[in-house]
Amino acid sequence: MARLRLKDIRHSYMPNPATDADYALKRVDHVFEDGGAYALLGPSGCGKTTLLNILSGLLRPSEGEVHFDTLDVTGLPTEARNIAQVFQFPVVYDTMTVYDNLAFPLRNRRVPEDVVDRRVREILAMIGLEERAKRRAQGLTADDKQKISLGRGLARPDVSAILFDEPLTVIDPHLKWALRTQLKDLHRRFGHTMIYVTHDQTEALTFADTVVVMYEGEIVQIGTPEELFERPRHTFVGYFIGSPGMNLLPARIDGNTAQLGGQSVALPGAPRRLSGERIELGIRPEFVRLGREGMPVSVSKVEDIGRRKIIHANLEGEAIAAIVEEDGEIPAEPRVIFDPAHLNLYADSWRVELEGGR
Amino acid sequence: MVARAREENVVLELRDVSKTVSGERHISDVSLKLEAGSLNVLLGPTLAGKTSLMRLMAGLDQPTAGTVHMDGADVTGVPVQKRSVAMVYQQFINYPSMSVYENIASPLRVAGRDRATIDREVKKAAELLRLEPFLDRLPLELSGGQQQRTALARAIVKNARLVLLDEPLANLDYKLREELRAELPRIFSESGAIFIYATTEPSEALLLGGKTATLSEGRVTQFGQTIEVFRNPLDLLTARTFSDPPLNTIEVRKDRDRFLLEGTTGLPVPAALSGLRDADYTLGFRPHHLSLAPRGQSSISLDARVTVTEVTGSESFVHLDYAGNQWVMLEEGVHRLSGGERIPVHLDTRHVLVFDKAGRSAAPDLAKAA
Amino acid sequence: MNRTWNNKAWFMVLPVLALVAFSAVIPLMTVVNYSVQDTFGNNVFFWVGTEWFEEVLHSDRFWAAMGRNLAFSAIILAIEVPLGIFIALNMPRKGWGVPVCLVLMALPLLIPFNVVGTIWQVFGRIDIGLLGRGLYILGVDYNYVRDPVDAWVTIILMDVWHWTSLVVLLSYAGLVSIPDAYYQAARIDGASRWAVFRYIQLPKMNRVLLIAILLRFMDSFMIYTEPFVVTGGGPGNTTTFLSIDLVKLAIGEFNLGEAAAMSIIYFLVILAMSWVFYTVMTNYGTEKR
Repeated sequence: MARLRLKDIRHSYMPNPATDADYALKRVDHVFEDGGAYALLGPSGCGKTTLLNILSGLLRPSEGEVHFDTLDVTGLPTEARNIAQVFQFPVVYDTMTVYDNLAFPLRNRRVPEDVVDRRVREILAMIGLEERAKRRAQGLTADDKQKISLGRGLARPDVSAILFDEPLTVIDPHLKWALRTQLKDLHRRFGHTMIYVTHDQTEALTFADTVVVMYEGEIVQIGTPEELFERPRHTFVGYFIGSPGMNLLPARIDGNTAQLGGQSVALPGAPRRLSGERIELGIRPEFVRLGREGMPVSVSKVEDIGRRKIIHANLEGEAIAAIVEEDGEIPAEPRVIFDPAHLNLYADSWRVELEGGR
Repeated sequence: MVARAREENVVLELRDVSKTVSGERHISDVSLKLEAGSLNVLLGPTLAGKTSLMRLMAGLDQPTAGTVHMDGADVTGVPVQKRSVAMVYQQFINYPSMSVYENIASPLRVAGRDRATIDREVKKAAELLRLEPFLDRLPLELSGGQQQRTALARAIVKNARLVLLDEPLANLDYKLREELRAELPRIFSESGAIFIYATTEPSEALLLGGKTATLSEGRVTQFGQTIEVFRNPLDLLTARTFSDPPLNTIEVRKDRDRFLLEGTTGLPVPAALSGLRDADYTLGFRPHHLSLAPRGQSSISLDARVTVTEVTGSESFVHLDYAGNQWVMLEEGVHRLSGGERIPVHLDTRHVLVFDKAGRSAAPDLAKAA
Repeated sequence: MNRTWNNKAWFMVLPVLALVAFSAVIPLMTVVNYSVQDTFGNNVFFWVGTEWFEEVLHSDRFWAAMGRNLAFSAIILAIEVPLGIFIALNMPRKGWGVPVCLVLMALPLLIPFNVVGTIWQVFGRIDIGLLGRGLYILGVDYNYVRDPVDAWVTIILMDVWHWTSLVVLLSYAGLVSIPDAYYQAARIDGASRWAVFRYIQLPKMNRVLLIAILLRFMDSFMIYTEPFVVTGGGPGNTTTFLSIDLVKLAIGEFNLGEAAAMSIIYFLVILAMSWVFYTVMTNYGTEKR
């Protein structure tokens, strides 16, 4: 187990990068604390897999250093770094049995056979493949194969960190729940440093204590799931986290109030400094109250998704989403109120602190 | 293109269709009737038979028993080339050396349409799928979402009567999936074809709406309006298939006004269920019907032990153990409950589903009794 | 089930059937005809039943040739398959080296059989050949015309030179289809070079290797042109393979009946062996599922 430090990392896949746009990773300086559960969250092409490969040593960064505790591992190959990694698609050794697959990383490091046996049995029980231990890995389903991949990643108890690269992509929704909970449980029991790369917010938010949101080669916010949900630093975080994402409404600011077209919304405080061209008011659909009071809206579409209803409406010419609970009703002349505690203000996409606010 | 007159009663019908491959039953006695202009979701886990069923509908495979009808005519043995079918797969399948424009135009060229028609149809499809800025690019120069839009556009210009989509969004990013999913019902509604959409995700079925057929081990367990199937599943298998997070269940024995179960004092039978005969039942309910605070008169209180809590920022998934049953509670807001803690939770009995020993819903019997 | 039968489909394959009839079936029937009859000339034939077959099966000469064939196939498989895999493993996976290597590897495959024979016939000659003369100067007593061992060495070298490329190209195709994640996972698991080969590369190459073995076996078992050009089956009968013997019997000795019987047996042996390989291959395939 170790503390992983990325020191001023930049990476480009081009031989002679010139502008910022040539870099897959623009500048990353971050510390993964020992024993933390982290998620790297972002859309495809945001650089999260590049970052993971730099950590595992499969890729050498164009600039910067990687430290595991006090050791500079920048130049060290993967096998010398003492990490485990689970890939997006199942990687199993076809000709080996399930048992031998799990024992493989241990046997390669000359772990005594009785220790191997104990550990492998433990892992088998964890991933629920005890009955297939003696079967060849070849004939198994994708689900089972990915369980083996996960199990192999967890086999070595002494690794510096375990890296997961979208490991649940090929798994059915029902099993996802079980495996994710198991991973979380394992983290609690063994205290490994775990870094989990995904584009799926539910996976990232439920798994990690700290979520690192990446966008176009940069880290845009690091925070707990609550922070990301309640106070997104960047409009991208507001959009990317939450389903549907945060409503962003163009606004004019006048002291303590925000003008949305002809309507005005009271802010919990005045913005400290307000520079920038584009001012937007951000409010999550969860905090838009639909009722008989407030600003009038016209409902364009109602999606009943069973557990709740998503209301798509129009407020002063802008599209806005609101959430209504399963048994909630939509009034004939609907109006909305924004929960003042959950208002966020953005200037040129970055969040602005409010005086007297949080 | 000359718009083909679509009759209102166009249907694809499967009658007792079965498919056996080397002794293994992939599809068992499926009967379905799909209407023109409808969106039909096939929902089920991997290997439930979604792809096998689609292949039978398309005519790529022939059933071992049963018949397939289109517009009332038996088309069972008719090969796929002679049917009016378009397909979109999980992988983004486009012609790599052709531009997006040429990709979309390809089915029209095969059909021998004239230049002006092709141009008009391609432009129309590109507009519908927001591909106009990319028409000159090659597929590999596009993002995954745009590549899949191209494949969708190609399926749509083909103007086929049957459009089959096999987990088309599975390889896309979460957010892209969300965006395309929101657009699909609009795209579908503008075409008069029968759309069939396979997915493993209950939430996807709910967002798409339309009708849903739940599949389990090669059988269609229920077929109806999506929200209706979700709210009133006719059997336990359907309820399980159509729940994400998984359905919470508990096996009980009804004895007059109590549901008895070993190791606990049991539960009072809610008024709505008092018409049930005394027997063994499985109760099922979804995670959001459990809560920390009671929700009015219809809630009953239970003592459960917390195993793990997952917080998404806006909601918390609290994993519970109740008399050996593993449950999940979905609660709004952030609740950090530590493992091992015993807490009272409240079950909203208005939404409890009751299944008999054989897994059939007891709701119809209740309705009769009332 | 009412499956549609398209009768027109048969017309499409008719030309092929006719062609096969002329090129294969009719000659084969002629051979069968010869194998059960004898003649004293003047086109007068009489029925001898299975006599020719019995004679072939009881002839030492036949079994000796058969033995040589089996030995030859076994030896070249034992050399070419491991050597081919080894070369494929060491070929570059990307960059300018890839096309260069591929072209170099494909070169021997493009040379006609009899030319290959001629090249090596000249190459090994002790008076003018580079190999033969070179060895002679080094003091090695090498003479493929006189020494049976030298003759075998020459033919085997020739075949290895000619055909290892095929194994290389097939193995290489198998290797490049392995996703990168496998190598990465192996590095992370701390696997040795040997373990990577044994547990990743070999299993993933299995199918193409079986095809390579099948092709090389059939080809080597039917070998004719090259040894005929180089050694003419000698010295003595030491490089007389079934095919060469067959020609000797049929054309040299004009023993048509026995030659016909022998060629049928030869054909059946190849068919049987190929069937065995095929079964092994398909069984391996089903086990994969």
